Order: sequence, then structure tokens, then C-alpha cells
Amino acid sequence: MNFGFSDEQELLRSTARKFFENECPSETVRRLMDTPEGMGPELWAKLAEQGWLGLVYPEAYDGMGLGFVDLTVLLEEMGRAMVPGPYFSTVLLGGLAILEAGSEAQKKEWLPKIAAGSKRATLAWMEPSAVLGPAGVTLTAKAAGGGHTLSGTKLFVPDAHTADAIVVAARTGGGPGEDGVSLFLVPRTARGVDVKLLPTMDQTRKLCEVTLADVTLGPETLLGAPGHGWKPLERVLERACVALCAEMCGGAQKVLDMTVEYAKIRQAFGKPIGSYQGVKHRAADMLVDVENSKSITYYAAWAMDEGSSEGPLAVSMAKAYVSDAYRKVSAAGIQLHGGIGFTWEHDLHLYFKRAKGSEFTFGDATYHRERVAQLVNL
Amino acid sequence: MDFTLTPEQQSFRDEIRSWLKKNLPKDWTSRVQAASDVPREEAYDFLRQWQRKMYEAGFVGLTWPKESGGRGLTFMEEMILQEEMALAKAPPVLNILAVGMAGPTINAYGTEEQKKRYPPKMLSCEEIWCQGYSEPNSGSDLAALQTRAVKDGDHYVINGQKVWTSLAHIADWMMLLARTDPDAPKHKGITYFLVDMHAPGVTVKPLKQITGDAEFNEVYFDNVRIHESQILGGLNNGWAVGLTTLMYERLALGFGLQVRLRIALDGLVDLARRSSKNGTPATKDPVTRQKLAQLWIDTEVFKYTGARAITKLLKGELPGPEASTGKMMWVEGHQRLQELAMELEGPYSQLTKGSRWAVENGLWQYGFLRSRANSIEGGTTEIQRNIIGERVLGLPKG
Repeated sequence: MNFGFSDEQELLRSTARKFFENECPSETVRRLMDTPEGMGPELWAKLAEQGWLGLVYPEAYDGMGLGFVDLTVLLEEMGRAMVPGPYFSTVLLGGLAILEAGSEAQKKEWLPKIAAGSKRATLAWMEPSAVLGPAGVTLTAKAAGGGHTLSGTKLFVPDAHTADAIVVAARTGGGPGEDGVSLFLVPRTARGVDVKLLPTMDQTRKLCEVTLADVTLGPETLLGAPGHGWKPLERVLERACVALCAEMCGGAQKVLDMTVEYAKIRQAFGKPIGSYQGVKHRAADMLVDVENSKSITYYAAWAMDEGSSEGPLAVSMAKAYVSDAYRKVSAAGIQLHGGIGFTWEHDLHLYFKRAKGSEFTFGDATYHRERVAQLVNL
Repeated sequence: MDFTLTPEQQSFRDEIRSWLKKNLPKDWTSRVQAASDVPREEAYDFLRQWQRKMYEAGFVGLTWPKESGGRGLTFMEEMILQEEMALAKAPPVLNILAVGMAGPTINAYGTEEQKKRYPPKMLSCEEIWCQGYSEPNSGSDLAALQTRAVKDGDHYVINGQKVWTSLAHIADWMMLLARTDPDAPKHKGITYFLVDMHAPGVTVKPLKQITGDAEFNEVYFDNVRIHESQILGGLNNGWAVGLTTLMYERLALGFGLQVRLRIALDGLVDLARRSSKNGTPATKDPVTRQKLAQLWIDTEVFKYTGARAITKLLKGELPGPEASTGKMMWVEGHQRLQELAMELEGPYSQLTKGSRWAVENGLWQYGFLRSRANSIEGGTTEIQRNIIGERVLGLPKG
């Protein structure tokens, strides 16, 4: 047994830490989050240059062929640096959906371009009902002239406004269950597709409403067999969920680091505030939350790479734990900073808001605890 | 990152598994589920025999050197053993203070004679050990201890009192911290003695706890004469030696804690399956399901945080921040688990052993009450938070 990172993974971590410190400092994050795109072409090109846009894609599609444990390392650093923009949506949602469900031709067409930074994709799975399971997919896809016509609304779609293609989960048949869910690769510019950028609490994460009004698509836009889209979609969401947990761990660690540094310097009643147990003990609790979040996330990432039968359980345990932990840690960070922690100027609110957004992405702690209960046959 | 076992580790696991299957006392299972904590008084004889049996099979002191009767294996094998014991719901090792703390400390600091004399009888449970640290006026502030040891020829004369001493009433030996230089700064005048509990002048008075049982004791020293060869690690060096013991305590108990939490959780899930809430099965109640699932998650998280610490140890590195969180996390989880057991029993939680209506003959009531000690014994949760804040996060002392 070895529950630690390899030398290569440690090297990736230090490289990424340095890269984001140089290329994506707080000023850059704030400048980019104020733009509708949330990402600049220079930074995107540099991410591609590092190979990180294709990190988990096989080498056959110009990826690096690495695993989710490796990805965990990179995403922890991205979460730490509060990297804005469509990395997550393009690489881990749209791209992974194409990798999981697409034909060889679709993969060959899209993945090398995503890895090179020249194309972006995203995934539209949720609808206004916000139901997480297959019952939430009600957007209709009617067979028409060899292809399909799609109608309905998708919500909470990350970065659809800058994506070249949107993978849309739609219903070609069946009831509310898994059967009949199909995936379509919809060009954003297709006639009848309307994308509205939504104002979000976490400005580093852009979310959209995507309306499809009688969007006519040819058979080449189907990703995988019609009616059998749920299984690959579920696999994508599970893996993306682990990646999100890693990003959350990185953010929580950064909040703890900022808070500890501040508690050593800030004086009250003639002593550093970190010497008071009211502060010290809360910081200790933050450390427990952060370390445990990492442990369960690393385990889930390993389970993904191994294709372990415990994978779904590991994912739900991780998301339940980390959702609560990041929320608590980022709130404690603000509290221990006092007034300065509540200012726009300080970075803490970026983490606090990211924590809240991430909490409800792919299901919150309550949702995943129930899933754990089911998976362990309670 | 790799969670798979080597072929050698697999065969070691199979060896334990089949031994446990053959030798596990069947009637123990139902008792250990609830009493996941330090064993109850009536179980001591049983546990003595159980440890002896495990020792003879070679499963006690895996990480100990061979010359002390151990097997010279790594913490990996220790973890495999603990996992298997959890899966089988095996009874714990009674002489844990000796196996986990006194033994390793003597091996680290002892003279050749001491190493030859004491450790071999620990593993077999032939001699039981207790730990004489806390006093009525020094608990968390351990270095303020006042028990005196005054030199008289080649002996030391001990006077004073220890308290909350688990197992003292059945122990043969004590790891004792006593003050040998009252004029030195408080950390520098303490010496670590190995004390014969049967020596004249040692009086053990059991203390009745909130459980009604008496597992821990007051120990009085009235002119107890200890030969100077019983000093461990040198005169006035007791603070350093004592801290080493505490480090081993965290390590040894850390492995065991995960197992105990797992056993208790399995018991709790069984209890939930048999319980009902307002006429419907408790396992169908969404709030109960949330609480059970959270405990399940926390137990697993605890395991993996432990696995990260062990990985560092196996690589020869010092345990990192993840190692220091174990006790705190276990305490919080275990107390919450016991609270949930009471909640599942509802009004029945009021009934204890002796009533035909008491659930599982009142075992959970015992576990619930006993769990309040968890956040006090072995370093209070407040002290653990100080340690994490100061030694891990580097925050200034108060």
C-alpha cells in the first residue's frame, strides 16, 4: 500500500504552484472575472502549452494520458490559485463526455482541438427543475428526417457562452428513468440555440441558461447510441465530481494558509490573535477539515483510476465530506480575519463564494449522504 | 498511489483471517459491538486469555523487534492485522498500554537489563502495565506534577498521588513520572520510573465512574522505595521519555481507534435495522439515514487519513499534519455515534442492564456514558487543538 504521491506527481504540483503564482495571481483572477469570458487567450494558450488541457485524455487524441490522481494534483493547485474560466467545463465536462460517449471520429475531431486550446466544449445536463438524476432530463429530442429536433431549456450550464459545442442531455424516449436519455453534440451557433449568461455569486464561474427552440440536428451529432446516454453521462459526472473535490481541497488549504499567516501577525490586546485559544482552536478544526477532505478525495481519485467497484461510493463520500468542509473552512477564514475578511479587497470572499457554488454542483452533502446510505444498503 | 497488497501482505492477511475464523470466541461478538471502548471489568480474565492466545499465534507486537518477542514487521502488517480484527469484530488487546507505549519506550531508552527484563512479559499479558501521569492537580498541565521521588542511598522514596489511572487495579507495573528536582524548571526535574505495583506503600483505590463501573483508579504512594536501576532514560530526563511514550500512544491507539470506530458503527447499523421511529423502520427515516451515512463517511475518512500517515511512516518520514488529527476526529465521531444509538433507542435509552425491556441488556447505555471520557483521556480535545495549533500550524503559544 502506498497512499502518497509519486515524485512525478510532486513535481507536477510544484510546477503548477509556480505556474499559477506567475500566470494567475489575484490581480489576474480579478481582471478576468470581470470579463464575460472569464478567461484570457494568453492564459488559455499557456495552459494548452503545459499539456494540461489534455491531461487526462489518451495520447491517441494528443492528450498526456495521465490519470485522475495526477489530475487531482493539478486541480488542487488550480483551486488554490482560484483560476477562473472554462477549464472545468471544457476539459472535464464537455471533453470527458465526448471521450466517454463519442465515436472514434468524434473523439478524433474534438479532443486534439480541446487539448490544443483551439476549441471549447461544455455539458448541459441540468434543467430548471434542478433534479440531479435521470428524471431531471426532460428536454425533448424528437426523431425527424434521420436526425432529431431538440426543444427545451437547460440551466446552470457552465461557460456555454464561450463554448464551440454544448453536449446536451435530452430525452429521445422512455419515462423518467435512465432509458431514453441521449447525448447530442450541439454547435453553439446552431439555429434555435440561445445562450444567456447569468449573473453568478461566484464571478469566476460563468453559468448560462441555454434554450433550444426546435433545434434540428443531423445524425452525426449524436454522442453514442440513442437512448443509452445516461450511463456515460453518469460516469462523466462522477469523475468531474472527484475533480471538483480536488479543486475544493486546494481552495480550502489556501484559506487555512491565509488565516494562519494572518493570525500570526495580527495583534489584539498586545498579542498575536493566533495565541488565543478561541482563534487557535478554530484553526485546528480547519486543519482537520482540510486534511480529511484531501484523504477522501485522493481515495476517490484512486478509485476512479482503478475502475474500482467502490468508485461511486468513494465519489459520494468525498463530495459529501468536502462540500461541508470547504463551506465551513471558508466561513471560518472570514470570521478569523474579522472586518478585513468581509471586504471586497481581500481574496477570502472569492473562496467563500467558490465554496458555495461548488457545494451545489453535482449534488450537495445531503444528496450524497443519501446516496451513500443507498450504496451501503442502509 | 496504490492500495493493493503485495503477495506477502496478502498471505499475511489470509493467515490472520483464517486464524481469527478458527479462534474467535463466538459469544464475544454481541458484547464487543456496543462496548467498543476500554473493556469492562467482568471481561478482564477473558481478555487476558484472549491476548495470550493471540500472542501464542504471533499476532501481538508485530512491529516489535524479534529479541523482545515481536516479529520485526512494519506498520503495514500492523494495519492489516487491525483491519482484520475489525472485520471479525475481535476483542481488543488488554495490555495495550504495555504493548503500545511502555514496551516501545523501554526499547528506545532502556538499559540492556531493562530491555531483557520487561518487554517479553508484556506481549503475553503475563504482566499488565498502567500509566502514572495525571495527578489531582496536574492533568493537561502534566509538567506541574508533584509526586516526589527523594534519593536515599541507591533507592528513591516515592510519595504522592496519581489519578485516573486505567487498569491500575489489575496492573503489575506502572510507568511513573515523579519529581526528582523540585528546584529545576518544571520540565527539567522529572524522572521516569518503572514501578512495581505490588511494592509496599502502593495503594490502589478504584474510582467509580459515571458508568457505575470502576475501570480507573487513584494510586497512592506512601514511602515507596524504588531501586535506582528502575529509572528509565536517566535522572531528570523524564519529560523527554514521557513525551516519547505519548508519541507511541498516539501511534498505537491511532491504529486501534479506527478499528473500534468501525466495530461500533457496524453495531449501530444493526441497531438501526432493528429500531423503529414512530412506527416505521428507523432506516427508512431520512434524518436517521443522513446521520448514519455521515458516520459511515467519517469512519472511512478517518481510515484514509490514517493511511496517509502510515505511508509517510513506511517511507521513513515523520508523520505530517494528518497524523495529529486522528484522536480528535475519533473522539468527535465516537461520541456522536453513541448519541445516535441513544436516539435510535428513544425512550428505551433510559433503561439499563437488569430490565427485561433494556435494549441489548443496556450495553449501549454503558457505551454512551463511557464515551464522555474520550474527549478527556489521553489528552483532552482542548489540548489536542493546542498541539495542532502550535506544533502543526505554528501559531504562537498563549
